Amino acid sequence: MKLDSKIPAGPLAEKWTKHKFGIKLVNPANKRKYDIIVVGTGLAGGAAAASFAELGYNVKAFCFQDSPRRAHSIAAQGGINAAKNYPNDGDSIYRLFYDTIKGGDYRAREGNVHRLAEVSNNIIDQCAAQGVPFAREYGGTLANRSFGGALVSRTFYARGQTGQQLLLGAYSALSRQISKGKVKMYTRTEMLDVVMVDGKAQGIVTRNLITGKIESHSAHAVVLGTGGYSNVFYLSTNAMASNATAAWRAHRKGALFANPCYTQIHPTCIPAHGTHQSKLTLMSESLRNDGRVWVPRKPGDTRKPNDIPENERYYYLEEKYPTFGNLVPRDVASRNAKYVCDDGLGVGVTKRAVYLDFRDAIKRDSKRVVAERYGNLFDMYYRITDDDPYEVPMMIYPAPHYTMGGLWVDYNLMTNIPGLYAIGEANFSDHGANRLGASALMQGLADGYFVIPYTIGDYLTGTSYDIPSTDHPEFKKAENECKARLQKLIESKGTRTPDEIHIELGKVMMDKCGMSRNAEGLDYARKKIQELQHEFKTNLKVVGGTEELNVTLEKANRLADFLELAELMVVDARDREESCGGHFREEHQTDEGEARRDDENYTYAAAWEYNHKGADPILHKEDLIFENVKLTQRSYK
Amino acid sequence: MSAETRNYTLKVWRQSGSSAKGEIKTYEMKNVSVGASFLEMFDQLNEQLLANGEDPVAFDHDCREGICGMCSMYINGRPHGPDTGITTCQLHMRTFPDGETIYVEPWRAKPFPVIKDLTVDRGAFDRIIQAGGYVSVNTGNAQDANEILIPKAIADEAMDAAACIGCGACVAACKNASAMLFVSAKVSQLAVLPQGKSESSRRAQNMLAQMDSEGFGACTNTGACSSECPKEISLTHIARLNREYLRNRFTLNDVEEFQPIKKPDYLDFGV
Ligand SMILES: Cc1cc2nc3c(=O)[nH]c(=O)nc-3n(C[C@H](O)[C@H](O)[C@H](O)COP(=O)(O)OP(=O)(O)OC[C@H]3O[C@@H](n4cnc5c(N)ncnc54)[C@H](O)[C@@H]3O)c2cc1C
Ligand code: SF4
Ligand code: FES
Repeated sequence: MKLDSKIPAGPLAEKWTKHKFGIKLVNPANKRKYDIIVVGTGLAGGAAAASFAELGYNVKAFCFQDSPRRAHSIAAQGGINAAKNYPNDGDSIYRLFYDTIKGGDYRAREGNVHRLAEVSNNIIDQCAAQGVPFAREYGGTLANRSFGGALVSRTFYARGQTGQQLLLGAYSALSRQISKGKVKMYTRTEMLDVVMVDGKAQGIVTRNLITGKIESHSAHAVVLGTGGYSNVFYLSTNAMASNATAAWRAHRKGALFANPCYTQIHPTCIPAHGTHQSKLTLMSESLRNDGRVWVPRKPGDTRKPNDIPENERYYYLEEKYPTFGNLVPRDVASRNAKYVCDDGLGVGVTKRAVYLDFRDAIKRDSKRVVAERYGNLFDMYYRITDDDPYEVPMMIYPAPHYTMGGLWVDYNLMTNIPGLYAIGEANFSDHGANRLGASALMQGLADGYFVIPYTIGDYLTGTSYDIPSTDHPEFKKAENECKARLQKLIESKGTRTPDEIHIELGKVMMDKCGMSRNAEGLDYARKKIQELQHEFKTNLKVVGGTEELNVTLEKANRLADFLELAELMVVDARDREESCGGHFREEHQTDEGEARRDDENYTYAAAWEYNHKGADPILHKEDLIFENVKLTQRSYK
Repeated sequence: MSAETRNYTLKVWRQSGSSAKGEIKTYEMKNVSVGASFLEMFDQLNEQLLANGEDPVAFDHDCREGICGMCSMYINGRPHGPDTGITTCQLHMRTFPDGETIYVEPWRAKPFPVIKDLTVDRGAFDRIIQAGGYVSVNTGNAQDANEILIPKAIADEAMDAAACIGCGACVAACKNASAMLFVSAKVSQLAVLPQGKSESSRRAQNMLAQMDSEGFGACTNTGACSSECPKEISLTHIARLNREYLRNRFTLNDVEEFQPIKKPDYLDFGV
């Protein structure tokens, strides 16, 4: 298979404009002859569905929550980047492009990332017009803050609820189109499979989560905006039901899955409190501006943190990275927390936590000043843990947060399956091996509002108005496969619940394919995952029937796909003999313990093909070509 | 973050389907960590039920950090339980003394029919938004965001209203099952912002018409909604909604006849 990224030729800054001009346009009167399915109504899918409908296409949209307003995007706190340069601090489209490429450790496409930076400004305009209440200065202009180590202030925000407000903006646009009859919105409906006819994506099979009814829907094109797969780790900052089924099912139908091992583990999350922990809560990274990270020097020290004298505290980030100290990038901070806990220095009930101490900041600046800066976060922490961070140090531990990998797409955001698209976190396209803060919201909305509404036309103009009906044998076959799959799950009368197996999977993944990886650990993980796959097949326990609201069945069905995806992640991580971004291979580090890339051999996106013969997945490489930026090694010493 | 655990007696509403008869069932919970959230205790209960081959309790939840608006339990007679300013998922077991009996029921309101156990259908809220809870602007038509200056105070006020998570606790708290607080939050957000002003009156009119058609009750200003609201949405938004509504009645005569939005026939939830 030859992977064609379809990046347009020509100077970087002109690629998108030229490409848009070259795209065949669908006659406005003919748009209503095309049906588009959008799975997922988060920022990416919601924006796409609304924009398609505004253009005149007929849209069917799907989500598994009870309302599109509740997609996981709602939880994003920090903000959204754009190259507006309102503060006049030297930002530009090129700088946003450059920062994103560099932040991604040179493992993303120049063409895609530049386009992202170009449309970033339109996003802010669009959202403001929808009534998104962005933070403002007293004079009425939009406020900005800096975020995630950027040297310019380019992050727009709406209090600590930016994702919520942007999603509600997309939701309102979507609602307007639903009221006009241009979008049919299927809530509490989960896509179970993609249906292909003659090599093209022509529809999906869904399950109504309340009645259990299996149904087919046909269309001219299918767009997946189904989010990321951090929940493969069981404990993550993602919403409980976030899952990989849509992407994985597409993968099994032939769509390539790219860079599955690129995951982001966020350093400042509230640690797990015990065995019944269901998810992890993210706290803003800004805390590291004033908090000092430390652990006791003595392993197993049971003294209260405030009783441990200064010389027995190990400020490991400050000692190891004198220049950046507590402000090292996310992956470095996360990895080092893991190391000290592995060495038995961890604190808290589970011993998987480190202190984030504000004692010195309070002493220096006063409690009032610290409260002004972080009051909300301290309250949130207090509510969850019952510990008062003004009095005792916070405890934090890293948590899986975002997945850079996803379905392989070309410049048009189409997968290698004609008519099947992937947008938002579900695709792999723009963040390379590491995503910068406030860039996921930007990418989701860029894809949904400003890229796919154009690029899909290029495909549709070449297709016939007629589409196969859902009585077509391929639809019936796919429906029957789904039914058989669920039936088999429901008949599982073993002893292990889906959650039990999932928790075990999560532990292996976090331990061996998380912040720090090595060949031996990855080989072990693969074996362990295969054992869990076997356990799932032979000893799973599910109760109830298929034709009813059955949460255990939903979980089991999602877990089946996580178990397969986990193995691919491990295979990918094993194969990439270098360290880059969120992928840190212990064998490949500099003498200072920093990630060492191997640009000569690994400057490619790894796009994996599912192997139905049960053997190893097949690797396809898309070489990444850098014509504008020079590849450099980072250092934070 | 202690390892302390407690025991509880749970009285949980079980109802196998929307037309089935429901009943309160009793479950004994042992060794619940005080650091667990209320929903984590339900996870524990469900694992227990599953282990015994029983049907787990169906309840809505997703983000578990108080922002998606999905969780919705009526706990000891209060939506989202005893604490104020939080959602069910933000409630922690340390709030409940050891040995307590805890009653858990679904939202009770006619426009929110029970689907199963603690899960209700809140589709009516989506349809209220569809009736007018937006600014009529298409993608790509926007001017530069800084062309419209919005003083900080106005932006903050809009944000206060926009914080609503659409959970429905206000309806569950109201003896009339009124949705006024929810409707007013959206109307108010868009009424104070210049972007939403021109449609503001019609928006109020249409959203209220939709609210009535869904069977939500009238507002009699008891204020239970606001005091139970996890986002502490203020009653002043209801006053603004009323103003927008009246303004429309007396000054606009171009209002088209509003057709209430029906629950779509392609969506079958059996309720
Ligand atoms: C706690 C947290 C904080 C964050 N903060 C920031 C931030 O400050 N800035 C930033 O830029 N990014 C942030 N991110 C990342 C960002 O929020 C996400 O990457 C982004 O919102 C993903 O949007 P999406 O539209 O791709 O997917 P999602 O919002 O996850 O939406 C997925 C949609 O797909 C649907 N779906 C999935 N599978 C199926 C299926 N099989 N059938 C039917 N429907 C399906 C779901 O119902 C949902 O509607 C944060 C993430 C987390 C977890
Ligand atoms: S107004 Fe408050 S209680 Fe009502 S839906 Fe909004 S957040 Fe929930
Ligand atoms: S689960 Fe999202 S608000 Fe409670």
